Amino acid sequence: MAGLAVFLLVVTICLLAPVYAHDIAHVNPFASNLQGTIVLHGKVVQLLQQNTQGLGLGVTPIGPTWNISHYFLGADNQGRDVFARLLYGGRSSLLIGAASALICCLAATILGLAAGYFGGPIDWVLSRIFDIIWAFPIYLLAISLSVVLLTSGLQIGFIHIGPGSLMLPILIIAAVFVPYVARPLRGIVLSLREREFIQAAIGSGASDYRILMKEILPNAAPTIIVFLPLMVAFNMLTESALSFLSIGVQPPAASWGTIINDGLGLLYTRPVVAIAPGLMIVVTAVALNILGDGARDAFDPKAKLRGSI
Amino acid sequence: MGLFIIRRLTSAVLVMFAISVLVFLIFFATPGVDPAARIAGRSATPQIVAQIRHEFGLDRALPIRYGLMMDHLFIKQDLSSYVNIGDRVVPQIISAAPVTLSLVLGAAVIWLLVGVAGGVVAAANRGKFIDPLIMFFGIAAISVPAYWLGEVVNLITQSKLHSSIFSWVPSSGFVSLSANPGQWALHLLFPWLTLAALYAGIYARVLRAELVNALNEDYVRTARAKGLSERRILLRHALRCSLISIVSLFGLDFGALIGGAALLTEVVFGLPGVGQLTYTSLQNLDLPVIMGCVMYGAFFVVLANAVVDVLYAFLDPRVRLA
Amino acid sequence: MRSSTSSTPFSIREFDLPDETASTQPLLEVDDLRVSFATRGGVVQAVDGLSLQVGRREVVGIVGESGSGKSVAMYSLLGLVRDSNVTITGRVRFEGRDILGLPDQEMRSIRGHDIAMIFQDPMTALTPVYNVGWQIAEQIRAHGTATKQQARTRAIELLGEVGIPDPARRIDQYPHEFSGGMRQRVVIAMALSCNPKLLIADEPTTALDVTTQAQILDLMSTLQDSYNSSIVIITHDMGVISEMADRVVVMYAGRPAEIGAKRDVIRSPRHPYTWGLLGAVPRVESKRSRLVTIPGTPVSPLDVPAGCAFGPRCDYRFDACSERPALRGDGGHQDACWLDERQKVAIRQRVESSIGSENAS
Repeated sequence: MAGLAVFLLVVTICLLAPVYAHDIAHVNPFASNLQGTIVLHGKVVQLLQQNTQGLGLGVTPIGPTWNISHYFLGADNQGRDVFARLLYGGRSSLLIGAASALICCLAATILGLAAGYFGGPIDWVLSRIFDIIWAFPIYLLAISLSVVLLTSGLQIGFIHIGPGSLMLPILIIAAVFVPYVARPLRGIVLSLREREFIQAAIGSGASDYRILMKEILPNAAPTIIVFLPLMVAFNMLTESALSFLSIGVQPPAASWGTIINDGLGLLYTRPVVAIAPGLMIVVTAVALNILGDGARDAFDPKAKLRGSI
Repeated sequence: MGLFIIRRLTSAVLVMFAISVLVFLIFFATPGVDPAARIAGRSATPQIVAQIRHEFGLDRALPIRYGLMMDHLFIKQDLSSYVNIGDRVVPQIISAAPVTLSLVLGAAVIWLLVGVAGGVVAAANRGKFIDPLIMFFGIAAISVPAYWLGEVVNLITQSKLHSSIFSWVPSSGFVSLSANPGQWALHLLFPWLTLAALYAGIYARVLRAELVNALNEDYVRTARAKGLSERRILLRHALRCSLISIVSLFGLDFGALIGGAALLTEVVFGLPGVGQLTYTSLQNLDLPVIMGCVMYGAFFVVLANAVVDVLYAFLDPRVRLA
Repeated sequence: MRSSTSSTPFSIREFDLPDETASTQPLLEVDDLRVSFATRGGVVQAVDGLSLQVGRREVVGIVGESGSGKSVAMYSLLGLVRDSNVTITGRVRFEGRDILGLPDQEMRSIRGHDIAMIFQDPMTALTPVYNVGWQIAEQIRAHGTATKQQARTRAIELLGEVGIPDPARRIDQYPHEFSGGMRQRVVIAMALSCNPKLLIADEPTTALDVTTQAQILDLMSTLQDSYNSSIVIITHDMGVISEMADRVVVMYAGRPAEIGAKRDVIRSPRHPYTWGLLGAVPRVESKRSRLVTIPGTPVSPLDVPAGCAFGPRCDYRFDACSERPALRGDGGHQDACWLDERQKVAIRQRVESSIGSENAS
C-alpha cells in the first residue's frame, strides 16, 4: 500500500504541474533562457555565470536556491528551471510508462489469448514471433526501431505519427515488451482451456467470443493486473534509457531521461541536474514494483500460506 | 546428448536467420523511410545516395536486397560507414568486443556470487530482519536506471572525493588485459560493481523465490525425513534444483549484455566497447554501424541461449532425454 | 547392545536381547497429542488429543478421510511440521525417551535412522536432479561412518531387496527414469537404508495403480518380517488396513474415533464413522448397490462442531451427541460414541441382516 501511495503522490504532483508551475518557475520550462537573471540575496545575478575555475571558459548555470518558488533546484545549461522541468518531464515519463504499459498489456492480452485459445497455426505463428522478439535484446530492438522511425515518423495507411510525437516511444516500447506479457498469458490460457468449466462452456455451444470474454478473460485478469504496475516501471526505465541515448523523447519536450542526459555535461559542477530526475525515476519505479509485489500476493494467497508441511 | 546439442544449435541458426530478417526489415522495409538516404547520413550528395542505392540493390526485390546485405555483413565483411567514410563495420566491432567481454564477464562473476549468496541468505532467514532487507535491495536494483547509477558512481569517485579516499581510482577508460592486468582490473572495478549491483539484486530476488518454492517441495520433506541438516537440505537439494532456473536467466542476461545491453554502462564509464560503438553511431545516425552492432548483439544472445540450453541439460537430467 | 564386531555398519540390526524394558515398553507412545495452526480464518485444530502406542514389530494403521489429521499427527511428532504458526503439545516417547520438542540437531539423528518415512507420491518425493543411488547413499552416510563405496554397495543391495531388477545398473539412473511403482520401491529402499526401528508410511499406495498397490503392500509385509521394524501406516483405505495392520486407529476431525485390534475393529466396529468407512451401512435408497459413501462432507477444520465432531453426518445422533464423547471401552477396543454397547450391536445386526437379505434376493 505504501507503494501505491508513493506512486499516486508522484503522479498527482506531476500531473498538476501546469496548475501551480507559474508559482514555482516564472519561466517557460521548455524554452531556453540564456540571458535570464535571478534575484539572490537582494542582488540581481545572471542565471548562467562565467566560470571562475580553470581556464574560465564557458558558463555554469546557477545552482539550487532551495527556494521553492524560484529555481528551487537551480538552472540547467540553457537557463531553464530544473525543478519545473522535473515536473513537466515527469508528465512525459509517466505518460509514456503508463500508456505503453496499457497498450502493451492490451496487445499482449489479445495475442496471448488468441494464441492460447485457438491453438493450431495461429498459435504456431504467434509463438514463433514471440520467440524471435524474445531472443532479441530489448534495448537493441528499441534502438533499431527508434533510429528508423525518429526522423521520418511512422506512416501506416492513413495513420501518420510525426517524428517528434510522444506516440513513437510509446508504441516502440509497447511493441518490444509484448512477448514478455503475452507468453505467460498464453501459458495460462492453455491450462485454463483444459479446465472443466471451459470445456463445459465449449460443449454447451457458446461462441468463442463469449467464452473468451466471459470465462477466460476474467480468469487471466489477475495476471494482467499484476503485470501492469511492473510494466509501467519497466517501460519508464526503458524510456529514460532511450531518452538518455537521445532517441526517445525529442526536444523541446522533456522527460526524466532527457533531463539526466542534459545534466551529464554538468555532472561535476551542478550534479543536482542529473541526480534529481534519476531519484524521481528510482522512487517511482520502487513504488511501482512494491505495488506489483503487493498485487501478486493479493491474487496468490497460496504464496503466503505455503510454508507448512 | 550429442543429438540434443545438434538439435539445439540447428534451432539457434534458424532463430539467427529469423532475427537477421527482422533487423533487415526494420532498417530496409519500414514504411515511409528511405534507407539509402538514411545510410548516406545527414549531409550526403545525391551521387552518394545513388551509389548506395546500387550497392545495396535498393532498386531490386526484397529477398535480393536481403542477400546483398548479408553478403556485405558476413561474407565480404566490407560493410562500411558513410558518415566516417571508409570505416569498416566488422573490424570495428571485432576490436571493440574484448572491452565489452571484459566488462560483462567481470560483472557476471560478481553478481552471480553476490546474488546467489543474497538469495540463499534471504531464503534461509525467511521472515527475519535480513530477508526483507535483501528483498528491498532487489527491488531497488530493478528500479535504478543503470546509466544514472554509473553517473552517481562517477560523481562520487571522480569528483571531490577523488583527491582523498578515491585517489586510487583511475580516470575512466580501458586498459587491455594483455597490456596490464592490474590496470585492467582497476579501470574496470567500478563499472563491474555498477553493472553487478543491478543484476545481483535481481538474482537474489529470483533465487529467493525459487528457493522458497523448492523448500515447499515434497523432496525437501523427504530430505528432512532422511535426517539431513537444514544446511544440507538448503544447499544440496533446494539450491541445486533452483540453480536450474538461475542458469537459464543468466544465459539470457549474459547474452543480452554482451550483445549490447551494457551499452549504457560503457557510455557512462567511457569504455570503448560495442555499446560505445553503438552509441557513437547513434549520435551520428550511422546506419550501417548501428545495424552491424544490432546483428552482432542478436548473434550473441542467440548463441548464449543455445549454450545455456545445453548447460541446462547437464544440470537437469530430465531434459536430457527429451 | 549392538555387536561391536559387526563387520559392516549395515548388517540388519541384531535384535536387542529381550531385556526387561525392551519387551514390555512400547516402541512409540503418543499421549494426548494436539497440533493446532493459527491461520487468518482462526485456529485450526488439526490433531485434537490423539493417544496411541506402537509396540515392537507391530503394524498400526491410522485410517480416516483426508483432512482428518492423520498425516499431520505423524509429521508433527517427527518435527517435520515447519510452520511458524503451529502449536504442538502432548507427549511423545520413543523407546522411553521424550522426543517431542527435541532440538533439531538431536531430532535429526532419530529421523531417517530410528524412524524413517515413506511418502504418498513417489513422483515428487525424490530430488529430481540426483540419481537414486546418490540419494540412498546420502542417507546412509548422514547416519554413519560408511565410505562412499560402502554406501553405494549397500544401496545396490537395498535396491535388489525391494525388488528392482538389475540394481547395479539402475542405481545410476534418475528418478524420472523409473515408473511410479519402481520409484516407490526406491523410496522404501531409502527408508530402510539405516535399518529403522519404526517406519511411518503415509498413504504409500494411494498414488499407485491397483496392481502396483498390492505389490507394494506385499513388499512392505515381507520387508517388515526381515527388518523386524514396526510400521505406522496412514491410509484412507480400509483394504490396506485389513491387509497390513495389527491394530487400527480410526481418526475423524483430528480426534480418534475408534481404536482397537484390526480383527475387532473390522469384525465388530463400534463407531458410526467406522461403519461408514467399512461401507457396512447401506442406505435405504441404495438397495441394489454395494457402493456406499458416507453422507455429507468431512467437517471443515475451521468449524468443528461442539460435541461429537461426526454428529452432523451421523444417522444415529441423539441428544447426548451435543457433548464431546471420550474414548470408552475395554482396554483393547475403545471408541468415542455416546451410543451404548447394546444399541451398537443392535444397529450392526440390523445392518448386517439387511445386507444378507439383499444378497439373498
